[in-house]
Amino acid sequence: MEKPFAITLNPGSSLANHTGSWRTERPVYVDRLPPCNQQCPAGEDIQGWLFHAESGDYETAWRHLTRDNPFPAIMGRVCYHTCEGACNRGKIDSPVGINSVERFLGDEALKQGWTFAPVSVNSGKRVLVVGAGPSGMSAAYHLRRLGHHVTVQDAGPFLGGMMRFGIPKYRLPRDVLEAEMQRIVALGVEVKLNSRVDNILESMKTGKFDAAFLAVGAHIGKRAYIPAGDTARIVDAISVLRSMEGEEKPMLGRRVIVYGGGNTAIDVARTAKRMGADPIIVYRRNREKAPAHDFEIEEALQEGVMVKWLSTIKQAGESSITIEKMVLDDKGFPQPTGEFETMEADSVVLALGQDVDLGLLDGVPGLEVADGVVKVAPNMMTGHPGIFAGGDMVPAERNVTVAIGHGKKAARHIDAWLRSATHEAPKKHEVATFERLNTWYYSDAPKTVQPMLDIIRRQSTFDEVQGGLDETNALFEARRCLSCGNCFECDNCYGVCPDNAVIKLGAGKRFEFNYDYCKGCGICAAECPCGAIVMEPEKL
Amino acid sequence: MSMQPVKFYQTGTFTVGNRLLAPEDRSVQSNMERTNSLNSGHRACQGCGEALGARYAIDAAMKATNRQLIAANATGCLEVFSTPYPESSWQIPWIHSLFGNTAAVATGIAAAIKVKKGKGQGGQHGDIRVVAQGGDGGTTDIGFGCLSGMFERNDDVLYICYDNEAYMNTGVQRSSATPPAARTATTMPVGEHPGNNFGQGKFVPAIAMAHGIPYVATATVADLRDLEHKVTKAMSFRGARYLHILVPCPLGWGTASHDTIRMARLAKETGLFPVFEAEYGEVVSSLPIRHRLPVEEYLRPQKRFAHLFGKTPAVATIARIQSMADKNIRKYGLRFTGGA
Ligand SMILES: Cc1cc2nc3c(=O)[nH]c(=O)nc-3n(C[C@H](O)[C@H](O)[C@H](O)COP(=O)(O)OP(=O)(O)OC[C@H]3O[C@@H](n4cnc5c(N)ncnc54)[C@H](O)[C@@H]3O)c2cc1C
Ligand SMILES: Cc1ncc(C[n+]2csc(CCOP(=O)(O)OP(=O)(O)O)c2C)c(N)n1
Ligand code: SF4
Ligand code: SF4
Ligand SMILES: [Mg+2]
Repeated sequence: MEKPFAITLNPGSSLANHTGSWRTERPVYVDRLPPCNQQCPAGEDIQGWLFHAESGDYETAWRHLTRDNPFPAIMGRVCYHTCEGACNRGKIDSPVGINSVERFLGDEALKQGWTFAPVSVNSGKRVLVVGAGPSGMSAAYHLRRLGHHVTVQDAGPFLGGMMRFGIPKYRLPRDVLEAEMQRIVALGVEVKLNSRVDNILESMKTGKFDAAFLAVGAHIGKRAYIPAGDTARIVDAISVLRSMEGEEKPMLGRRVIVYGGGNTAIDVARTAKRMGADPIIVYRRNREKAPAHDFEIEEALQEGVMVKWLSTIKQAGESSITIEKMVLDDKGFPQPTGEFETMEADSVVLALGQDVDLGLLDGVPGLEVADGVVKVAPNMMTGHPGIFAGGDMVPAERNVTVAIGHGKKAARHIDAWLRSATHEAPKKHEVATFERLNTWYYSDAPKTVQPMLDIIRRQSTFDEVQGGLDETNALFEARRCLSCGNCFECDNCYGVCPDNAVIKLGAGKRFEFNYDYCKGCGICAAECPCGAIVMEPEKL
Repeated sequence: MSMQPVKFYQTGTFTVGNRLLAPEDRSVQSNMERTNSLNSGHRACQGCGEALGARYAIDAAMKATNRQLIAANATGCLEVFSTPYPESSWQIPWIHSLFGNTAAVATGIAAAIKVKKGKGQGGQHGDIRVVAQGGDGGTTDIGFGCLSGMFERNDDVLYICYDNEAYMNTGVQRSSATPPAARTATTMPVGEHPGNNFGQGKFVPAIAMAHGIPYVATATVADLRDLEHKVTKAMSFRGARYLHILVPCPLGWGTASHDTIRMARLAKETGLFPVFEAEYGEVVSSLPIRHRLPVEEYLRPQKRFAHLFGKTPAVATIARIQSMADKNIRKYGLRFTGGA
């Protein structure tokens, strides 16, 4: 090359200078476990499905969600959404309305008629599922998708278990429940209704089943001893709620006393209110100590349900009861005061919890039962090889989501067991704690409120109380997600590097570091909104 | 007008990109096809704010001019770290001037382009435009005469000052842009008034405005979208334009290399560095503070202010600095507006 006067060298590019050698720490992309996902009892990848919902791709979001939980429309109505309590956004303004977006996706799927991809594998194995509640149906779904032949047997006339015969329809409309159940049946799951299993080993033998998953729930209402005259009408809450599903509605009268402070007590009182009664809940401790969720108590109070806190029933007569006032001692236990009060009552409904009917397990060797529930190993197998169990009948929190989680977990272990293998759950990522986020980058946006049915209709009809979000609101709500610990392609790292050492791979493909030039300043890690970059010491 | 449904974009325009925005609404920096005007391999320190600010600004200028751009560059870190003979990181036509005359050199280039255009030798892809760039020393001190002349003659140049508040390239000496109380090699934290003295201040954006030139703006490396917008807007004007970008320097400020953007953000959020734009001598808009913070939040992480936070904190000095921030907030209308 001809050079101008006094120039001796050809021009060169600084690319020859590999500044990566300066580095003492290197940035590395990671995925962290969002706290919502960590919390979800059904193991949903919440951040993952919200990611798709954020771009308005609801079908992909729904498919991603239903990898783990086939019941988003049900979840969106009855799940206690502890995920929201764990949500990092709660530390900024209020948690992402995960549950309401889930409901939107579930409802959208029903509206659009989305179905699960047909099963294309066949293992040749047969699994019996006893109980068509959330746990049994979740297991059936996952087992079927793994290619097994699944038969679900239930004593009752409908699918859904306690979701059908316990949870009232003003919280869970039956068409929604039935539609999500039938979508699983459509995968090729065999269902036998009105056919109780009386002896599990015999049923397995006659049906030639290779394994069984038991999820019979807890349906026997607990009793309390209350001295009562002959005419006093004392019934249990589970029977009352169950008969709501039949032809003959329960006869409770006008003045209904509900005894208990759990969610069942609230549901039965709200049901009585809707049938024209004036229900009063009697509970021995106070509101703070009541096992029912506070929002449920609040909704009941709004509808005109009355509550006598710190009271026990001493006696039930023909048309009245006697209650005794209690006080909480230092340890928070209720103690009698000797002060009595008489209240008018046409009936007393006991809502004191439920026991499990373990009749079908009589004589099964190896089983271990403690406190009325069946013990299971971490892989959900009972002491009897090949018999697994989950849901309300095993020691755990009793709710729909836990039951669904058990079903999924059991299905994976049953699948492995049928192949004489063991299922290893993939190692969990480190949790994306709030401190790892750079929240500067998120727009300010408070939570969207779900519409509520007006109070008159709530007191007199069984119409659904809580409405869903419309599309605009659901999109807004999804976009409030901070994408904790998982790259959402905001391009910050690509932009903020003073050394152009971040390579953008294109939409959906994320980024890569160019370690030839990365000096390890750490700006990318500091400015990543969601904490998806860590600095690791360079090995020398 | 019909109702527009409220669209909410998660990170809005705070982040560099945003997959939820239409491609044409995304930043220059988020684009895989950005020029990377200042390429990898340059010798700036880890976490250099000046290297970052320069790429942000020049990439945006390249986009705005359809890549028809020539840059003149004063001596300073930006020139030294990018172009040790015969290598260069610049991927644009670029010329090194002297320390103090870059405004004049750019004026000359602009004049030459005008002459060539008159002879029918203008750019084939549209007009060729000119930027001049330098550090605060090269701009507010030694280059100030040339700069003022360029303003006064209204030469068709965008002058960009990368303000890291001292002469960094020669080892952190005080400039007229060094803030009061800051420690530099020439303003040591000793004696009765440790660090730089409280002078009258010399805020060149205000001086530029006093020249009545078409466009004057300030920006920081913490607000990319704002910075890009200002470069683009500057390129829509003819005549003299001035952009003053705050670019934290980890070495000179004594901050962690990963805190560069955070420091710029804190300078803006405390009100110490007002971010605004002005046309023909009048302020037309300012970037409001999002979450107002006391100046301590900005000063404390910087070793150049460490002497203010010794055993007995320099309460009076901190209060004086706070009142500077308060004054900026009043003067430039930076008041917190309750979120964005
Ligand atoms: C009133 C009420 C309200 C509730 N509200 C909520 C709520 O809002 N959110 C929430 O998360 N949880 C709620 N729960 C708890 C929740 O319903 C249960 O935890 C959940 O249904 C348990 O699921 P499961 O599959 O274990 O059993 P279940 O849902 O009880 O299903 C068991 C099924 O097994 C069948 N079965 C029993 N024995 C046999 C047998 N021998 N042979 C064949 N079939 C048999 C039963 O007919 C039933 O269909 C509520 C419970 C009640 C009682
Ligand atoms: C006339 C002249 N005097 C002094 C120098 C030495 N010199 C080179 S860079 C520099 C400081 C540059 O400071 P600034 O303009 O703020 O840029 P920075 O390095 O801080 O980015 C000095 C004093 C020079 N090159 N020319
Ligand atoms: S912000 Fe999103 S990812 Fe983070 S906890 Fe909440 S829902 Fe989960
Ligand atoms: S001394 Fe400061 S301005 Fe110069 S290269 Fe280092 S960080 Fe950048
Ligand atoms: Mg400087």
